[in-house]
Amino acid sequence: MSAFVQYTVQGLAAGGFYALAALGLAVIFGVLGVVNFSHGACYMLGAVAAAVLLDVLHVHFWVALAIVPILLFLVGVLMERLLIRWLLRLDPLYNFLLTFGLSLILVDVVKRRYGVSGLPYERPAGMAGQLHIGGIGLPTYSVFVCLFSLLICGVVWLLLTKTRVGMIVRASTEDADRTRALGINVGRWVTPVFGFGIALAGLAGVMAAPFRAITADMGSNFVIILFAVVVIGGLGSILGAVVAGFLVGLVEAYGQAYAPTFAQVAIFVLMAGVVLFRPAGLFGRDESA
Amino acid sequence: MRNKKPAAVVAVAVLGSLALAACGGGGPTAAGGKLSDGKVVIGLLNDQSGVYKDLSGPNSKVAIQMAIDDYKAKYGAKAVAKTIEIVTADHQNKPDIANTKAQEMYDRQNADIILDVPTSSAALAVATVAKAKKKLFIDITAGTTELTGKSCNKYTYAWAYDTAMLAKGTGAAVVRNGGKSWSIVYPDYAFGQSMNKSFTEAVTGAGGTVQQSIATPFPNDNFATFITKAASTTPQVIGIMAAGGDLINFVKQYNQAGMQSKAQLAVGLMFITDIHSLGVDQFAGTTFTEPWYWNFDAQNKAWADRFQAKTGTRPTFAHAGNYSAALNYLEAVQAAGTDDADAVRKQLDGKKINDIFLRNGQIRSDHRVVHDVYLAKVKTKAQVTEPWDYEKIVQTIPAADAFEPVSAACKM
Repeated sequence: MSAFVQYTVQGLAAGGFYALAALGLAVIFGVLGVVNFSHGACYMLGAVAAAVLLDVLHVHFWVALAIVPILLFLVGVLMERLLIRWLLRLDPLYNFLLTFGLSLILVDVVKRRYGVSGLPYERPAGMAGQLHIGGIGLPTYSVFVCLFSLLICGVVWLLLTKTRVGMIVRASTEDADRTRALGINVGRWVTPVFGFGIALAGLAGVMAAPFRAITADMGSNFVIILFAVVVIGGLGSILGAVVAGFLVGLVEAYGQAYAPTFAQVAIFVLMAGVVLFRPAGLFGRDESA
Repeated sequence: MRNKKPAAVVAVAVLGSLALAACGGGGPTAAGGKLSDGKVVIGLLNDQSGVYKDLSGPNSKVAIQMAIDDYKAKYGAKAVAKTIEIVTADHQNKPDIANTKAQEMYDRQNADIILDVPTSSAALAVATVAKAKKKLFIDITAGTTELTGKSCNKYTYAWAYDTAMLAKGTGAAVVRNGGKSWSIVYPDYAFGQSMNKSFTEAVTGAGGTVQQSIATPFPNDNFATFITKAASTTPQVIGIMAAGGDLINFVKQYNQAGMQSKAQLAVGLMFITDIHSLGVDQFAGTTFTEPWYWNFDAQNKAWADRFQAKTGTRPTFAHAGNYSAALNYLEAVQAAGTDDADAVRKQLDGKKINDIFLRNGQIRSDHRVVHDVYLAKVKTKAQVTEPWDYEKIVQTIPAADAFEPVSAACKM
């Protein structure tokens, strides 16, 4: 029983990374219609930025958690201003290819500068050891990741539902043209929203830094699973991205625990199953409706 | 009548060129010191861009070039191999690509020998190609014992280490020091399966027990559930058989889960680049078996200084192994007077070698090179005196004890 609880917590922790990054991906797709293949590379940049800040400026984890998303927000703004916006009016496939190419460039630049063996990172103060909850030993860090990602998802949810900006983002996600017809300047929000989505990927990256090897390739597998997450949740659905993120984390953990040979396939079997029965994803809206 | 003249010209041309060919440089099978196409071509096949790039990768070309320079300096005008080229290819750790690249190297680039080849599944593929093409292959960086076991052939050599040597060193030593109950976590592919088998044998042979062997996907970056599983039987030792990036992920998550106080960590295969990338502190106190360490003695350090002057970094055992294999190959070419594979391997078989890489080394009948290896412990941050000085050599394991005896499964 205690093993099951441990697997659940680990699954939710892994799911937290997916949920945060998928949230960014969903928001970007919703407002811009851009399928951002470089999301995994931005996740990697977040982790690399944390490692470099530690190495060069001795910025510790808790401070990096606040600084790196801001840095990645600026990176996102640059990306959108310099590259993405020129292809927005075209078929989404163009920006998909652009972001794919961008991810290859980013990964290779990091590889050239830092090699492939990875960058060292500290164990954050106060995160070592285990918490004993109900007699079960749970790694403190896993519990932190779970709760913190839920908190951020909650904050983003509040932002989206309780603020005017959030209302604009949600309306644009649902139907950008109709929103414009109502007199809202959707274009003004495109750049900040893109930056925000990238910042979320970077935040997931910083959180992963103490937990995962910080290598140039760390985002490559991550982005594949991320796409499975948004397909399961429904491309463009923000709630769907979060729920599917945690769900996929759990499926991965239980798969590894109880059926290791099928663990890597399980996520995609789930995706195939969801698409068969609900083509728009669990929370997605059928476009023909 | 008019048509016969061109035919006659063609006939003369053909006969003439045949005559020229017969008098010319001769082929690989010509006796008396001839080189195939007039030069020696050394092929370097490894991971040039992926997870194993740092432990061997492009810097191994530098090491091989150092061997070529040393060979030329030694023999000067008397060198049999006056023109020596290096060709490189990236197998991306995939056996199918390794297979294709090896064939290309032997056939199209006229490679006389292929060196390195990390990733056991790729190494086995190249061994098959070497056997078919009847050309030499010295593996440095792959660990599977099958290379000198079931899949051995007379053109294939294993130069640096294998999983049995790692198990005998680390497994037996840790059991002797009190770590009797083990959980083994291994990546589910050729190397991992070989490590699991070797370590299980070594641990049980030394009087310990293996409570469970847990297979993980390869590659993998999330080991949380596997660590929980391994810890569930409360073993004294958790043995991790993953290498490279997977090892880093595992150790990070292992430490983060607070496991250091619960079980001892034994690492199956570690390269100095792994310690460098994770940081000494996270590996501090870990025991592992090292085929070669750059700071072991003055001789190694001198070579490591030369390597550092050219690359800006310290060598792993793979770099030193490539240097040693290339140099000994060229010496064998020198002794045979030709680069014909069969003549050269007769010079290599049974040879005793003492160089910067191999101490008390010998090439055995199964083409396994046995040599002294070292039990190493990772230093704490306070003990590190200069960059890359991460290892403390605790014990030298003599060649006679380090490796398993010749396997009955090897039939050349």
